[in-house]
Amino acid sequence: MINKESKTILEVHGLHATVNGVEILKGLDLTVKSGEVHAIMGPNGSGKSTFAKVLAGHTAYEVTAGTAMFEGQNLFELAPEERARAGVFLAFQYPIEIPGVANSQFLRLTYNTMQAQRGNEELDPLEFDDYVRDKMKRLEMSPNFLDRSVNEGFSGGEKKRNEILQMALLEPRLGVLDETDSGLDIDALSVVAHGVNELANKDNAIVLVTHYQRLLNYIVPDFVHVVDNGRIIKTGGKELALELETRGYDWVGVEHQAANLATVTAGAA
Amino acid sequence: MSEVLQDLVNRPYKHGFVTDIESDVAEKGLSEDTIRMISAKKDEPEWLLEFRLTSYRAWIKMEEPTWANVHYPKIDLQAISYYAAPKQKPKLESMDEVDPELLRTFEKLGVPLHERMALAGVAVDVIFDSVSVATTYKDKLAAVGIIFCSMSEAVKEHPELVQKYLGTVIPTNDNFFAALNSAVFTDGSFCFIPKGVKCPMELSTYFRINTEETGQFERTLIIAEDEATVSYLEGCTAPAFSSNQLHAAVVELVALDNADIKYSTVQNWYAGDKNGVGGVYNFVTKRGLAKGVNSRVSWTQVETGSAITWKYPSVVLLGDNSVGEFYSVAVTNHHQQADTGTKMIHLGKNTRSTIVSKGISAGRSSNSYRGLVRVGPKADNARNFSQCDSMLIGDKSGANTFPYINVRNNSAQVEHEASTSKIGEDQLFYFAQRGIDAEAAVSMIINGFCKEVFQQLPMEFAAEATQLLGLKLEGSVG
Repeated sequence: MINKESKTILEVHGLHATVNGVEILKGLDLTVKSGEVHAIMGPNGSGKSTFAKVLAGHTAYEVTAGTAMFEGQNLFELAPEERARAGVFLAFQYPIEIPGVANSQFLRLTYNTMQAQRGNEELDPLEFDDYVRDKMKRLEMSPNFLDRSVNEGFSGGEKKRNEILQMALLEPRLGVLDETDSGLDIDALSVVAHGVNELANKDNAIVLVTHYQRLLNYIVPDFVHVVDNGRIIKTGGKELALELETRGYDWVGVEHQAANLATVTAGAA
Repeated sequence: MSEVLQDLVNRPYKHGFVTDIESDVAEKGLSEDTIRMISAKKDEPEWLLEFRLTSYRAWIKMEEPTWANVHYPKIDLQAISYYAAPKQKPKLESMDEVDPELLRTFEKLGVPLHERMALAGVAVDVIFDSVSVATTYKDKLAAVGIIFCSMSEAVKEHPELVQKYLGTVIPTNDNFFAALNSAVFTDGSFCFIPKGVKCPMELSTYFRINTEETGQFERTLIIAEDEATVSYLEGCTAPAFSSNQLHAAVVELVALDNADIKYSTVQNWYAGDKNGVGGVYNFVTKRGLAKGVNSRVSWTQVETGSAITWKYPSVVLLGDNSVGEFYSVAVTNHHQQADTGTKMIHLGKNTRSTIVSKGISAGRSSNSYRGLVRVGPKADNARNFSQCDSMLIGDKSGANTFPYINVRNNSAQVEHEASTSKIGEDQLFYFAQRGIDAEAAVSMIINGFCKEVFQQLPMEFAAEATQLLGLKLEGSVG
């Protein structure tokens, strides 16, 4: 929700990033303010998931140019765990399995790490158990997910719920959801979306990276951005998503090229 | 006997050792003379001297084994001094004189201050009287008939028991290092649990070795009579920085009918520096004899130290329905090499054994599991389950599994499972994205990996083992 008092949470300028020497992001700009929900859409290979991982600091990606300020801090000067502690949360497209580590143990460690960071009281295992069970109920997750190894043997939908559960526990300032809708059936999608909506408030911001419009029926974005070839080439309101759903992505690229050409021509004249 | 030999045997010990007020140190090298000298110094009975000499004569004909997957320069066994007593650590006046690295480690392990001082060799007689602590326990144990003392004391006070059992599980000529130990061992622990007694507490060498170093040829003998049970903890989890290059200990366990012996070790000898310089060679022979019906021998080990570990705690399942267990975590980092595992020798009917081995290799280390499961022709319905899991950290470490299975009875059931996994960048990134740094992440993954073994450890031990592993792998990632 856009409001007058909102503060800038994330400001990305001219971001270039490579993976294995191949440039994926080629000058991406994005400003996100508190209380806003942004959807980043685009065809496969456009760089939208790369953008999510670069924000979180995945080591496979190298930032070659550009800046990303997060609440006044240069994000690229922070290690991945420092970004997380500062309040950047990434819901993974493919959550990682960690055999042998109980989910409850993992969730409590991450929760307490964040609590310590904020100068809040940490919870002991019993207190945490009560706390997390309540959160799980809202996401319609069975408590037996606490005893299982982190994400191990979870179905696609269960993994995604576990991601949103972590987001609910950590209460980030910026939640980046990377293709959270992929692999979810309609029921699960509605539960997960409901979870996200409950978390969104005037002080935080959410960036949804998605290929399909259907998630946006449940989480209504304030802005829709189209990424193509490593840059945002069009920005609009929620209605842009619907247009993309019916017309596909190609026309945006064509339109963008035409506009570019016009600029170049005008400049030459 | 030729004159020369006669001469040799009877030669007085005038060159044998140097005596001064501080300590007795034998001249370097090993001969029958040295052994006679050790035995005489310790005022041992004739049978024990014979035991030593028999071992020595077997040993000089033996070759140092080379089959293990470890590489090290040949040890010059003639360059070692085989007797030094009393081996007193230099007394330091205050904690300021202690190696800061050692203090940092104690700090991380959460060792209480007075214990830190004792372990570091600071004079602490006033505030920490380990002798009286030991005596208190001894009295409590004696009340139920348990004998728990040093091997030297046992030889003096209970020679009949020592003579009856010493060398019955591990023959003097069993292997190169065991034979050497049998010839020259200076001390160790002795523990006897009489019939029907359940030992009321965990027995630990911890209290006994605070004041003196047990030395490099340690000899331990534990006997549990019918219906007796005992849980024994070896070593303490605080790092024992030993200057000794070679440790060749022998541990023998005897469990009679319905007896139960549980033996837990946390080994953290000096592993050498990160370039592989220095460190202890740990060549240990440990074997339990499940002699009686329904007896049980269970080994649990957490091996984190030593430059080289060569160790196969084994169980001979002689009694019908007897049970053998081996739970192991072996961690290697930097240039450490470990070749460790077990032998389960099924001789009695309906015998069962379980092997759970977890190997973790980081740095440039090498970690091998080597295990033998043998089922004899009379061992009807023997069962074994083995699980050997390896975890690699980084891409320069190695893990191997060498399972040997030898079955000579058709009714046997033998299962072997093995797996290899790796702590991946993606796992660490996942933790990092949740605010958890690599160190804490590795510690959590490793503890999950080792859970089945840690569950076997007595509770306080398990907590310390967890911390120890974290410490051990510090800096191995990222």
